[in-house]
Amino acid sequence: MKNKKTTEEVALGIRRRVFEHSMRNNGGYLSQACSAAEQLAWLYNEALNLGEPTMPMIPPPFGGVPAPGNDDYVTGAGYNGPFEPQYDRLFIAPAHYALVAYATLIEVGRMAEEGLEMFNKDGSSVEMIGAEHSPGMEVHNGTLGIGLSTGAGLAYGRRLRGDSGEVCVFMSDGEVQEGQTWEAIQACAHHGIDNVWAIMDVNDQQCDGAMSSVMEVRDIATKMRAFGATVVEIDAHDLNAMREAKAEPHEGQPLIILAHSSPTKGMEFLQRRFPRLHYVRFKSEEERDEMNQSIAKELGIDPVQFDTH
Amino acid sequence: MVEMVTRPYASAFEKYALANKDVICMSADLTSSCEIDGFRDRHPEQFMSMGMAEQNMMSFAGGLGLAGYRPFIHTFGVFTYRRPYDQLMASIAYPRRKVRIMGFLPGVTTPGGMTHQAIEDIAIMRAMPNMSILETGDATEVESLCEAADSIDGPVYCRVLRGSVPRLFDTPIKVGEMRELSAGDDVLVVTAGITTEEALRAKAALAGAGVSIRHLHLHTLKPFDSKRLLDHLQSVKHGVITLENHVINGGIGSLVAETIAEAGIEKKLVRLGLQDTYAHGGSRPYLMRYYGLDALALVRGIEGLMNIETNIDADDLDAVRVDAVHSSAKAEAL
Repeated sequence: MKNKKTTEEVALGIRRRVFEHSMRNNGGYLSQACSAAEQLAWLYNEALNLGEPTMPMIPPPFGGVPAPGNDDYVTGAGYNGPFEPQYDRLFIAPAHYALVAYATLIEVGRMAEEGLEMFNKDGSSVEMIGAEHSPGMEVHNGTLGIGLSTGAGLAYGRRLRGDSGEVCVFMSDGEVQEGQTWEAIQACAHHGIDNVWAIMDVNDQQCDGAMSSVMEVRDIATKMRAFGATVVEIDAHDLNAMREAKAEPHEGQPLIILAHSSPTKGMEFLQRRFPRLHYVRFKSEEERDEMNQSIAKELGIDPVQFDTH
Repeated sequence: MVEMVTRPYASAFEKYALANKDVICMSADLTSSCEIDGFRDRHPEQFMSMGMAEQNMMSFAGGLGLAGYRPFIHTFGVFTYRRPYDQLMASIAYPRRKVRIMGFLPGVTTPGGMTHQAIEDIAIMRAMPNMSILETGDATEVESLCEAADSIDGPVYCRVLRGSVPRLFDTPIKVGEMRELSAGDDVLVVTAGITTEEALRAKAALAGAGVSIRHLHLHTLKPFDSKRLLDHLQSVKHGVITLENHVINGGIGSLVAETIAEAGIEKKLVRLGLQDTYAHGGSRPYLMRYYGLDALALVRGIEGLMNIETNIDADDLDAVRVDAVHSSAKAEAL
């Protein structure tokens, strides 16, 4: 697909959309937009080789789960383009980044704006925690830690088939607390699976707060290298560093880019909430109003106009 | 004397996998224990060693399924669902990947004790949407298992017998069907896996005591043909007895109870199996006797159901087969 915007513009658009949506809906995954906007913008706008979307711009309603007889069932993979040998696949491992991922789809022209209006509405496929059938989601990743293993299996299969397309997994740093993440890396290294790569949003945040306070994971890069990955550490808001990291040779190993991010990047007002940033709600009307004014100013837009009720 | 077949899975799997190149053989460090060591040595390009890391293996297999492959997972049954339950659900069952889970050492067929004995696997898999379940009861079923499992449009969990396996049947598994081994009209006996051989041990003695048995052997536990079972239930006078190598909750006993209740028919049901208990380590005949899963337990169950005395005791039953603890037919004493 032809890029209509620069990656910087896409990233800003993601933050604006997630901010506006969170303001209107009395809260949301704001911090994930702050930390991951550049990463998702870069993946969709530059890094991945994706075909034209095969799904309608306005997402269809929930069409049932995979089951015998539900022959029309499709996943959300079509928003990332057709499953053809030359194209890359993308798994969003932390499925609670869905709002950010949907905003990205809109910014890069893969989903209509109306899609976000369906977010978390009953009967909609645009679910709060991205499901397999949600736009841009290709597999179920709602339980953290299963994404890289699935990506590795798909990559191994694609290598056997001779596909040139790679498998990319967008990960979150909290996932390294799960043993499965390490099982996946060692399996990739053991089997020389190097057509899978990952970019991990290292924001030091998890549901209970700062990761160091919940469960110290120590030096992720050193651990990953010891398990057999090629690791590059970058500033998650530096697009040139991202581009260079992807070019790192990683023959026989998976490439994992550790993108050290700020959970308040672009919305510094959220620092007041640090370190409880996993899901931002407003404690009062006054706070919502203050946040609306301040963050809108940071993002260079007008404050969100609320419906009177 | 019943024919014994040595390592029927080994040769059957190799033949099937070689004829189906989208089959990928996966193992979690129990390769010789699951009789695929020869396959690994002869066909390394179709074999994947996944190590002792079942969580990754399940999601990885899901990824292979997404790529259009049909992974055959080999390990002990108990290791395929207890630790990696979440991965089994999210990466395999939900998306209906064509993953064939070969669970060896079902129930008390291992002396490995609680950690090795899959005693609630059928209950777990029955509760999992999209999962099918097959169970093998003899060498012919083991030999036909790969083709039967691979014909299923979705994931399937299989209870596989290994080592020295008796040949009881001469026709392959036909998915969705059940075997009618006798057509009496006093009591319906429903068995699967190794308990079928036990019921057969009691056959002559029961006939001698004048008890007319209708015996069904199940190899397809899900999907299950309740309608067919209902026909058999309505063909007996005294009720039904289930004998399973599994806890009595959630397995074959429950399957039959559900059929009876949903049809609203009045039939007594006796459920034999592990009575809501764990087992411990010991030989198969010892465990089957101790926990009441053997031919004698079936006879006593039938006596209770019909309120009769048959005067059958252990000596009247066909001889129990005792496998050597150390045998060339199996990889280890487990």
